[in-house]
Amino acid sequence: MSLTINDKAAAATAAEPAGGRARRRPNLGELLIEGRSLIALVLIIVLFTALAPDQYLTVDSLIVMTRHVAINAIIALGMLLVILTGGIDLSVGSTVGLSGVVAGGLLQGLHLSWADVTVYPALWVVIVVAIAIGTLVGWCNGVLVTRFKVAPFVATLGMMYVARGAAMLLSDGKTFSQLAGQPELGNQGFRGIGLGEFPPKEWLGHGIPTGIWVMVAVGLIAYVLLGRTPFGRWLYAVGGNARAAELSGVPVKKVETRVYVLCGFASAVVGLIIASELSAAAPQTGESYELNAIAAVVIGGAALSGGRGTVRGTLIGAFVIGFLSDGLVIVGVSEFWQRVIKGLVIIAAVALDQLQQGLKRRPAAPADPGKRPSAPEA
Amino acid sequence: MAAASAASAASAAETPATPATPATPETAETPATATAAEPKVVLSARGITKNYGGVRALKGVDFDIREGKVTTLFGENGAGKSTLMKIMSGVERASGGKLVLDGREVHFASTRQAEDAGVAIIHQELNLAPNMTVRDNIFLGRELRTRAGGIDYAKEAQIVGDLMRRLEGDIKPTALVADLRLGQQQIVEIAGALLNQAKVLIMDEPTSALSAPEVEVLFRVINELTGDGVAVVYISHHLEEALHITDHAVVFRDGELVAQAPAEAISLSWVIRQMAGRAVDEASRLAPGVTGAELLSVHDAVVPDPLTSGRNVVDGVSLGVRAGELVCVYGLMGAGRTELLEAVAGRMPMTSGRVALAGRDLTRASIRERIDQGLCLGPEHRQRDGLVQTLSIGRNMVLASISAFTKGGFLQRRAEAQRVKRGQAQTVIKMGSAKDLIGSLSGGNQQKVVVSKVLLTEPKVLILDEPTRGIDVGAKAEIFRLLAEQAAAGLGILYVTSEIGEALQYSHRIIVMSRGRIVRQFDSGRATREEVMVASGENTAVLAEAENGDSQ
Repeated sequence: MSLTINDKAAAATAAEPAGGRARRRPNLGELLIEGRSLIALVLIIVLFTALAPDQYLTVDSLIVMTRHVAINAIIALGMLLVILTGGIDLSVGSTVGLSGVVAGGLLQGLHLSWADVTVYPALWVVIVVAIAIGTLVGWCNGVLVTRFKVAPFVATLGMMYVARGAAMLLSDGKTFSQLAGQPELGNQGFRGIGLGEFPPKEWLGHGIPTGIWVMVAVGLIAYVLLGRTPFGRWLYAVGGNARAAELSGVPVKKVETRVYVLCGFASAVVGLIIASELSAAAPQTGESYELNAIAAVVIGGAALSGGRGTVRGTLIGAFVIGFLSDGLVIVGVSEFWQRVIKGLVIIAAVALDQLQQGLKRRPAAPADPGKRPSAPEA
Repeated sequence: MAAASAASAASAAETPATPATPATPETAETPATATAAEPKVVLSARGITKNYGGVRALKGVDFDIREGKVTTLFGENGAGKSTLMKIMSGVERASGGKLVLDGREVHFASTRQAEDAGVAIIHQELNLAPNMTVRDNIFLGRELRTRAGGIDYAKEAQIVGDLMRRLEGDIKPTALVADLRLGQQQIVEIAGALLNQAKVLIMDEPTSALSAPEVEVLFRVINELTGDGVAVVYISHHLEEALHITDHAVVFRDGELVAQAPAEAISLSWVIRQMAGRAVDEASRLAPGVTGAELLSVHDAVVPDPLTSGRNVVDGVSLGVRAGELVCVYGLMGAGRTELLEAVAGRMPMTSGRVALAGRDLTRASIRERIDQGLCLGPEHRQRDGLVQTLSIGRNMVLASISAFTKGGFLQRRAEAQRVKRGQAQTVIKMGSAKDLIGSLSGGNQQKVVVSKVLLTEPKVLILDEPTRGIDVGAKAEIFRLLAEQAAAGLGILYVTSEIGEALQYSHRIIVMSRGRIVRQFDSGRATREEVMVASGENTAVLAEAENGDSQ
């Protein structure tokens, strides 16, 4: 990956043109480690196809599994933004539940006791409000972290309880069901968010559900955001070294606040998709989703310390987790073993990542006073 | 003036030490001026060399530490004093040579090994856990056990109490280190060394953050320790203070031990002459530039100490930098140089004062706004503040000027690549691909990336803090050549350095700071090493003495 530089010679001769040294070619071992999550995904598919040839690798099953993956992937992409800045967001699962409940409640009708009327907002209002609530949770996280200097872990842990509690309060602990809406109220169409298909089933025999398209859209947006906009560049800089970023004029606090807002937004979208798919909104929805999202990001090669991670990696990470879990279910592995295996995969991913970082660091080792913790003289 | 003539005699007799013929410990006890009563050598270095990459920090040093004496090391930054002390105390390993302790050759693989052998070092930055008590800090890693296997807190507290009485430190064993003043914390460190029955105690800049009464206490403690036979090695940039406490003075220059003499035989002017060594090469001085209108003006800047309330690290500093001018700020550590630059760049808050660039007031502007207006800082610690280690070389280079290649909210990759190429050509960075991680570059080239990053913001005034810290001579010269070019092109440049040679050679004007204030300004064309060195100390009486010494 990184090339070796003979810094002594390079520094001593001033006029020598740069770029003469050849890039070191990565060996097979390094390639395997570099592409480990993709290799893991292929292995998973091959393994389960062998174990359950008729059930695993069929178009229908792939669509179902990908729909599951989409739920996790959309949250994980929001989580990726947060983790890239060196933060973490534990409140995403609760936000999923809260935004679903808000949507469900509004579709069931908002009873205004002072006027004794029940208002049924239009579908677009329901969507906007539900997403706004999720985004608000994210904004609270951001403000707590940047303005009040609460550690991200603690701030979002707190908001996780607050948002979950709010969902319980709004629904009185019950599930809002039958969210299809009624023609006479003009709030139909909610189910299309999760269950709508494109292209329509009649065309090809298989339709791809909206959830998957949303994942594709969010993935593309995240990809462009990270790779092609100043905000993306700032984000990597803040996560890599916030002090240096600040001195380079990066609005560090604004960046940090925004990633939590975006993460809240992504979670709210997922809340809507799930409520729509199930045609029901339960306040418990989304429990432990934060852990799946973090796992996807980490398997995708991101560093929890910030500054390192990609959209592609995170998506692959989400597929690894989703295809593994569903595969284990299809071949009938017990729920208990499923957890053990998932845990081992996550640990292996991070252990390999450390190994890879160690390999990367090695070529840059030549003695250099500036890189040592202690320079010859302070 | 008798002292001065004696000093020159001594220096003539003793310079330079000869690294080529390492003496045995036995013969080392009788140096040129030794008398019969010379105390025993506890720890000695023979032919010690140390290389950092291409930098030769020590070039074969012979050095003795004597029982019950205070040996003081003098020398400019980079002369090799701290490096030698780090080697002698196990912090770092020598590239060559040997250490002899009580007549036996020793190898210290860690500070812990050195401590166990009786050699302790107290760094400028204290090595205490602030969240723990004095007692727990002193016994950290060597806790006393009760028979049941727990920690014997009562016994520990008793021992700490005894140590504190001996050191005249009115410090409770159960006090939190975070609640102690800096001087007290230093006493705690010394107590830790004593607990381990240190035979040699090395103090690197122990007084740089102490108040005058605390320095007095420290000196009393040192006297008491030497009375008990402990050998003390003392490094300080405050020459007068160091001379006051020393028994034996040793001067380093450019990685070599160039002179040594007993305290009775020397004066301040001798020390300064030995430290400076040579006069500045007149031919290599920067030619006076054509200076234009004043670009940067700082008026009465006051920056409070972020750690100690009521103290100002920058205390009413006013200065101006004109177009085409290279201005150097020189001062000792803790003089407030870095804080001044950071306040000008918008990083540290000022309680009063004004900053203006080309007539526009920027006192309340954010860092971003200052960069947009043409004021950008290249910070002192490139690892901590200058570079993002997880980003590539190219992305580090353009980090401060992203808006210049953003169109309609999107980064223009081609424009970015062109900027990187321009930056690389401008600062002559040796690299493979701009996509490689920044860590793949040498220190000198990393520093050039920092300079390049600042230059790519197209500044009117360039501010650089220690732009040549920890990089080799070749890269240093290249960076200063670049700065001179930029100045000639009409930029104003304000930089901080700890090396007088640099200050004299590569600047039009030198501003000397001490304790948060500007104490003197020099036209570099006329200043001498001695003048600058003396001005950076805080006592003006010293200046007079040194000038008398020179006239002899």
